Amino acid sequence: MKLPIFLDNHSTTPMDPRVLEAMLPYFVEKFGNAASRNHAFGWEAEEAVENARKQIAKLIHADSKEIVFTSGATESDNLALKGVIEMYHEKGNHIITSTTEHRAVLDTAKSLETKGKATVTYLSVDKYGMVNPEDVRKAITDKTVLISIMLANNEIGTINPVKEIGKIAKEKGILFHCDATQGVGKIPVNVQEMGIDLMSFSAHKIYGPKGIGVLYVRKKAPRVRIAAQMDGGGHERGMRSGTLAVPLIVGFGRACEICEQEMDAEGRKLAAMRDRLQAGIMKALEETYLNGHPTQRLPHNLNISFAYVEGESLLMGLKEIALSSGSACTSATLEPSYVLRALGVGSDLAHSSIRFGLGRFNTDEQVDYTIKRMIEIVTRLREMSPLYEMAKEGVDLKSVQWAAH
Amino acid sequence: MAYSEKVVDHYNNPRNVGSFKKDEKGVGTGMVGAPECGDVMKLQIKVEGERIVDAKFKTFGCGSAIASSSLATEWLKGKTIDEAQTIKNTDIVQELNLPPVKIHCSVLAEDAIKAALADYKKKAETETK
Repeated sequence: MKLPIFLDNHSTTPMDPRVLEAMLPYFVEKFGNAASRNHAFGWEAEEAVENARKQIAKLIHADSKEIVFTSGATESDNLALKGVIEMYHEKGNHIITSTTEHRAVLDTAKSLETKGKATVTYLSVDKYGMVNPEDVRKAITDKTVLISIMLANNEIGTINPVKEIGKIAKEKGILFHCDATQGVGKIPVNVQEMGIDLMSFSAHKIYGPKGIGVLYVRKKAPRVRIAAQMDGGGHERGMRSGTLAVPLIVGFGRACEICEQEMDAEGRKLAAMRDRLQAGIMKALEETYLNGHPTQRLPHNLNISFAYVEGESLLMGLKEIALSSGSACTSATLEPSYVLRALGVGSDLAHSSIRFGLGRFNTDEQVDYTIKRMIEIVTRLREMSPLYEMAKEGVDLKSVQWAAH
Repeated sequence: MAYSEKVVDHYNNPRNVGSFKKDEKGVGTGMVGAPECGDVMKLQIKVEGERIVDAKFKTFGCGSAIASSSLATEWLKGKTIDEAQTIKNTDIVQELNLPPVKIHCSVLAEDAIKAALADYKKKAETETK
């Protein structure tokens, strides 16, 4: 087995060789600008882009004209929030979102708030990280113009009841934006059934290239309008100027096509691997806690807290396995994951959390190796943990007066 | 983030992991930090006469916190109480090449040393009374 092992597929994914193969002709040979309307080079590029648009639209049950290319999901989130607030400011300026959204949504909302352009309601989530649709309904005011709730969380994999939220948005005539970056290509997404008006996602999370994203913008019922945040040549129906990155778009299209064909089987395979990983670790080690929803979660996500050991020190002992931790020992604030904190997970357990993200190219052998190494390292670190020692002696750690620093 | 070689070495081969009985004669215990902050260090010294003859630690925290406390135990052994008082967090930062975001680990280690020494002195006073 080759080391290191990549188990951080929520951060990014390796590109599928089939995607690269589709992209290659569009660098040197077919280099045209898709906006060049008067020669063969341009036509060729335009045709490739339009084909990709269709492949992408098909995966989410949209029309290809509703696909707006951006540089990635962060830009899509920015464009959705800022574009809607700017376009509909006469109607209202209130946004409803949740505390566990990706920073691209939260920081954009914060920025609009700071500049006095919007007021924002941040809905709290339940202990599994799920937004309650009724909370969305209650938060709606006559000034609400946008609801922005993610499809699936990037840390804990919890899947939100998006369809119910979409229904409420429709009922109230409010636009619904969904950051679906972690969900598209992993679980079925249907913008019609889910009542989504704007949706962000990117290629590099689904075995496509980095640097390309999409904002789905509904064209009919209702026809959504957004104010462009990038001025220039008026590309993408005037919503996002800039020469289209043809090779990246071709890759995005092919990545979506593969997901569309293989998602069902792949989802089942990944869920089985994830369950094996979860059982292998949690059965062998006491005091391990699953973060996120036990069933309503992405098939490839697993987030576990290992009591009495700190996440970063765990990762340090697992140099040959690429993972992510909710510990923020490296951050200037020393604050652990805000997502886990929003679930009500204690700071101590948030510091002790590890996120496993399985992907298309992981194997059972890698999973078994990871189980073995996790058990080894957690056991070793617990042996040198004063907290574990105290717990074993029967000390209630919650009753101890700690000197916070 | 890349760790310095010395941090990796202390993490992989921590010196003096373990515990003394808290009520044992000549033992001073320092426990600093909080689980909520992601760092808790327990540092213990065993004193004979004026000299620290042994030191042990247990740490919940990142690799730099483990390395800082491991190094502290190494430095404490053989020192007198007065000499031990002079160990500064900046010495630990220098020895382990800690980056700015990890300086708090060295501060915690210094606090742990001070706490262990204070505990020892307090115990010694009550024992002589």
